Amino acid sequence: MEKKEKIGVYVCHCGTNIAGVVNVGEVSAWAADKLKDQGVVIARDYKFMCSSLGQELIQKDIKEMGLTRVVVAACSPHLHEKTFRNASKGAGLNPYLTELVSIREQDSWVHTDKVAATEKAKAIISGGVSRVIHHEALEPLHVPIHPDTLVVGGGIAGIQAALEIADAGFHVYLVEREPTIGGHMAQFDKTFPTLDCSACILTPKMVDAGNHPNITLLTYSEVEKVDGYVGSFTVTIRKRARGIKEADCTGCGICWEKCPKKVVDNVFEAGMGNRKAVYVPFPQAVPKYPVIDRINCTYYIKGTCKACEKFCPTNAIDFAQEDEIMNVQVGNVILATGYDPFDSRRITQYGYGRLANVFTSLEFERLCNAAGPTGGNIVLRDGKTAPQVVGIVHCVGSRDKNYNEYCSAICCMQSLKFAHLVRERTGAEVYNFYIDIRTAAKSYEEFYHRLLDEGTHFIRGKVAEISDAVRLPGEEGKLIIQVEDTLTGNQLRVPVDMAILSAGLEPRRDSKAVAKLFGISCSADGWFIERHPKLDPVATVTEGIYIAGCVQGPKDIPASVAQGAAAAARILGKIQQKEVALEPVRATVNEAQCSGCRICNNVCPFNAILFHEDKMVSEVNPALCQGCGTCVAACPAGAISGTGFSNEQILSQIDGLLFLNIPKKEAVAA
Amino acid sequence: MTVTPEPKPFEPVMIGFTCNWCSYRAADMAGTARMKYAPNVRLIRLMCSGRLDPTFVFKAFAGGADGVLVSGCHPGDCHYINQNYKALRRFHLMQRVLTQMGIEPGRLKLLWASAAEGAIFAREITKFVEEVRALGPLNWNANIGHPTADHELSSVVEGQPSTKEVTA
Amino acid sequence: MKEYAYFPGCSLEKMAVSYHMSTRETTRKLGIKLNEIDDWNCCGATTYFYIDELLAYTLCARNLAIAEQTGLDVVAPCSACYKNMYFTVAHLKKDPDLAEHVNFALEEDNLHFTGDINVKHLIEVFCQDVGPEELKGKVTKPLTGVRVAPYYGCQIVRPQKEKEDVEQPQFFEDMLSAIGATPVNYPLKMRCCGGSLMISSRTAALSMVRNLLQCAVDSQAAVVATACPMCQVNLECYQQQVNQEFGTNFSMPILYFTQLVGLAMGIPAKKLGFGKEFVTLAPALLQPGQVVPVPD
Repeated sequence: MEKKEKIGVYVCHCGTNIAGVVNVGEVSAWAADKLKDQGVVIARDYKFMCSSLGQELIQKDIKEMGLTRVVVAACSPHLHEKTFRNASKGAGLNPYLTELVSIREQDSWVHTDKVAATEKAKAIISGGVSRVIHHEALEPLHVPIHPDTLVVGGGIAGIQAALEIADAGFHVYLVEREPTIGGHMAQFDKTFPTLDCSACILTPKMVDAGNHPNITLLTYSEVEKVDGYVGSFTVTIRKRARGIKEADCTGCGICWEKCPKKVVDNVFEAGMGNRKAVYVPFPQAVPKYPVIDRINCTYYIKGTCKACEKFCPTNAIDFAQEDEIMNVQVGNVILATGYDPFDSRRITQYGYGRLANVFTSLEFERLCNAAGPTGGNIVLRDGKTAPQVVGIVHCVGSRDKNYNEYCSAICCMQSLKFAHLVRERTGAEVYNFYIDIRTAAKSYEEFYHRLLDEGTHFIRGKVAEISDAVRLPGEEGKLIIQVEDTLTGNQLRVPVDMAILSAGLEPRRDSKAVAKLFGISCSADGWFIERHPKLDPVATVTEGIYIAGCVQGPKDIPASVAQGAAAAARILGKIQQKEVALEPVRATVNEAQCSGCRICNNVCPFNAILFHEDKMVSEVNPALCQGCGTCVAACPAGAISGTGFSNEQILSQIDGLLFLNIPKKEAVAA
Repeated sequence: MTVTPEPKPFEPVMIGFTCNWCSYRAADMAGTARMKYAPNVRLIRLMCSGRLDPTFVFKAFAGGADGVLVSGCHPGDCHYINQNYKALRRFHLMQRVLTQMGIEPGRLKLLWASAAEGAIFAREITKFVEEVRALGPLNWNANIGHPTADHELSSVVEGQPSTKEVTA
Repeated sequence: MKEYAYFPGCSLEKMAVSYHMSTRETTRKLGIKLNEIDDWNCCGATTYFYIDELLAYTLCARNLAIAEQTGLDVVAPCSACYKNMYFTVAHLKKDPDLAEHVNFALEEDNLHFTGDINVKHLIEVFCQDVGPEELKGKVTKPLTGVRVAPYYGCQIVRPQKEKEDVEQPQFFEDMLSAIGATPVNYPLKMRCCGGSLMISSRTAALSMVRNLLQCAVDSQAAVVATACPMCQVNLECYQQQVNQEFGTNFSMPILYFTQLVGLAMGIPAKKLGFGKEFVTLAPALLQPGQVVPVPD
């Protein structure tokens, strides 16, 4: 007779989270009784199994009763599987002989019928018990961690992460799509709440990153392909051709001075200003090398001009330069690709794009910036008239069922900042139209009070329309902002010279494609998904890929910096450990049963299955195998087994869930 | 006037296969958000929907399940790149086989749910439970039983012309 | 050849007879056949739905049930008729219980409403089913230089149906461009004319009409084009009262779009119902094909 396992069943109350719906006492008594034939020798229920006392209960039983298997019925394995596995390990039982089944997220939290929920808990535990019998003692796989790191995105989050890792003595590739690092922060004028000049606090970090011996700066570059897995990613990066020989360029600027072709700068100047066909996005760009915009450069269009080449004192122009493809090995990746502003043209009733003096927040930042298209003067579209009344519209594209339901976190502070700058620079009257004033972080509320003291008019109401249809005397030549002041209950027509739309933050337009490239998930909106929304905001479910900054969701600069640093710290920890333990969920081919049909070879997306021509059998490379199990299901001979999710385990779990493992069949629902 | 007690509605027993990365997390999310759904579906966690061997589905039906749910990541979002397409192919195959066995194909459902779609997961489960409830109990042992039994086999063959042998 | 079940609506019989005439003429020229729905009844206008919803639905459903028998889609020139019948179809399709009640009443007349019918506004037929290209092809006397304010009115796109643009639709402008006219930027093009408020709260409605007229003047329009009899009447027939009430001096012609299209297609003005206006058109406008100066 086969030796029966000795199984301990532990049912957690989780306070009242489980016990409030599921009758935990009844369930554990049932397990002890009905699952005895399966091998259950002890069944306990306890208030908080994950507590040290709860864990000690398990450990005591393992040692004293010689348990060979453990089943814990509590919360989701995504939360505490490791906890209970470690507890077993501590008592000398292989951690993979412990199974955690969820009777909380899958049962007590989602059902109201207590009787049905209790029955379901019994079924879930029964499934877990039948399954765990077939578990094997496994050892995690250890893979080496390459000490280099890839940071994608050269905004403030990416720069921070790169500097932290580089300062710790490890090498970083910092890849940025634009010709310079700096991101959106480089476009701003002042930052709230301190009203520090944005460029002044950013450029030192940019320079550090540009000069750091441990950072390889790859600007005007993009990641094209990512292969491999944590610890050993092979990344293909395309360094686009700048048309400038970096070794020879001194950044003197003669080329863009002499270039005759003016182009509207839709990226850095948000369409408000011009640049040349050969350009640096802004004077403090890092690196200092310009870029030739091949779409607009006369040479590439007509074959003439070449003024830059003529005047370059160091002969650094190279029209024939080609893109360079490089392959790098890295151990970990941080994605810090930032956000795109909401396209305000979508809200047609606000008139952006149709009414001249309606500006977006990014356009206004450029107006304010001393290095911007108007030299820092806040003027209307005609380029000279200063506004006398300015309206600032909050929540454009945010908190709106028609566009984005979420709050973009920074627009209230940004709107207050604008109100202050307008007042300071033009003395104009300012109206802020808001739904709520969200000033939650440090010194933010005080900033709001400062604005109140400055005499800013705050009107609580979501702007209905901005129009040029004037009607009443005094409105001539103005834009009319139509809004309901919900605090007084009046409809208002507010005539303004300039309207500023505080546009919300949206994920980058290509975020879904980028997520797929790196093998991580995006939410439906397009923000990258963190491993746990509360407790693990910078890791993803893909080992080795981390996220930082607005790519994870709208946030301000301090939060982006914190996330960049956090991701860097996690990676430094992994690098220090030199290797990482991977879950031993893998597939193995039983040579004896393999007929060499090779169906599995084609089914594997990671090319982890090799075929041995000499022996006519397939073999799984355990390092490349990710444990999805598709080959296990595909093998017609059943020659591939999946550790952790074998056929025996799953089939037994099905039996258990349907109570087929109990000698006298229980009435299955009805 | 005699009062006849309301007959208790038939409660289908259902098994659901979820993938570790998306649909299981969707179920978790439904739990964390305390969304309520019908308690009839008992979930099994696989690493990937591509792991789903059709044997599992038939085992579930043969074991007493009235309905089976297969769920995974949305096409294009599979954590293992494109294994959910394998699940999709197997799903269509299984539906064909079920139909040929005389089982309503509506007892097997395919649901794509991303980790953020807890609400959709909950809603779809409740909907599926009602659909299976309307189909009634499967009663595998009574209706399908052991197809190697001659009389049952012949009844299956007579009822399903598609199973008749095709002459060479 | 395009064929529709034609629902003129009560206004087109008398008050908006020029709309009726110009509709007939232009559709004929465009090769569209309009078969007037047999024994049609009033759609309930704006008010009935607020008095008794069930009876109002039944009223509309009766017209639709009769039209269903022809197998043709319904076209209504009046925005209120259009809105009422469109949403009758939509709501009865979504609510089988309501449909059952309505059909119970219709049975008295041996009618049954299935919902298998589409309701279109006349302007939709011009702008989508015919389209600007085909329209342009039929234009012989383009309205060059005529500045027209496209007055959509409020009921054409409200409530929103599916994904239509309710803020800045351009189909009216496109149609006006196709017939050679110059559509002006008319910011209040979707604002309500007051509707039946003109009867229940005269001053409020006059003030609304005044805003619309002022905006048309400010937009330098020579004429306002409408697609609804109520809008036309409110804007034109009450202009004198507006002038009296507010001391203004409006003299803005308000025409139906079909009249303008008819002019552009070379149809004689008399046949398009001209000669019945309160505010007469500048003679130049009746001679399209000439460049018309901007009125001051």
